Amino acid sequence: MELYHGSLDVETIFSKWLNEENNSNYGAYIPFVGTIRAEDGIEALSFDIYEPILEQWFQGWVKRAEKLGAKVKMAHAIGDVPVHTSSYISAVFSPKRRVALELIDEFVEDFKANAPIWKYDVKDGKRIYAEDRSTPMSGSGLLA
Amino acid sequence: MVRVEFLGPISQEVLELEAKTLADVAIQLQNIETIAPWLAKCAVAVNDQMTADLSMVLKSGDKISILPPVCGG
Repeated sequence: MELYHGSLDVETIFSKWLNEENNSNYGAYIPFVGTIRAEDGIEALSFDIYEPILEQWFQGWVKRAEKLGAKVKMAHAIGDVPVHTSSYISAVFSPKRRVALELIDEFVEDFKANAPIWKYDVKDGKRIYAEDRSTPMSGSGLLA
Repeated sequence: MVRVEFLGPISQEVLELEAKTLADVAIQLQNIETIAPWLAKCAVAVNDQMTADLSMVLKSGDKISILPPVCGG
């Protein structure tokens, strides 16, 4: 798992991951790239991350992928990410395509639901919590 | 004393509370006007482990994290 301040350098990260697995004999490499769209007058999105629990969440996926003979990777931005640049990349490597196709779907969806990351719209230089697009994590409401 | 940290968009400094269980923490947080509305949609971790056990016994120095709704990517 890799965290960067500001936009991700997609080409550099793609090529780094490819090089890391050059000799691993995986037949499939499926990356997912999240790019900030220009909508609702935003200049950028901004992200807060709680790294200790994100790392645990990610390690859970590493173990799950290992059982299928696969490998997961991810990179995410911290702080402001301007429109038309990338905030999130994940990827699955696997011996054959089927496992990678299924795993990237589950990995990205679970990321959206349970990775401890908070998103803000940036408008006129102000950060506004994207509450209407956010999802309560599993187990929410325990203290209510 | 346990330390309660509020993550992401919740504007609240760290609180230090006397609490024997998570249920004790819940009662005290429910009485804070700015925090109470968040509680129904927040998850909880104790010492960076997610938990769903309100009767969890706490010890002095434990770190309790309050995690509001997320949206990565």
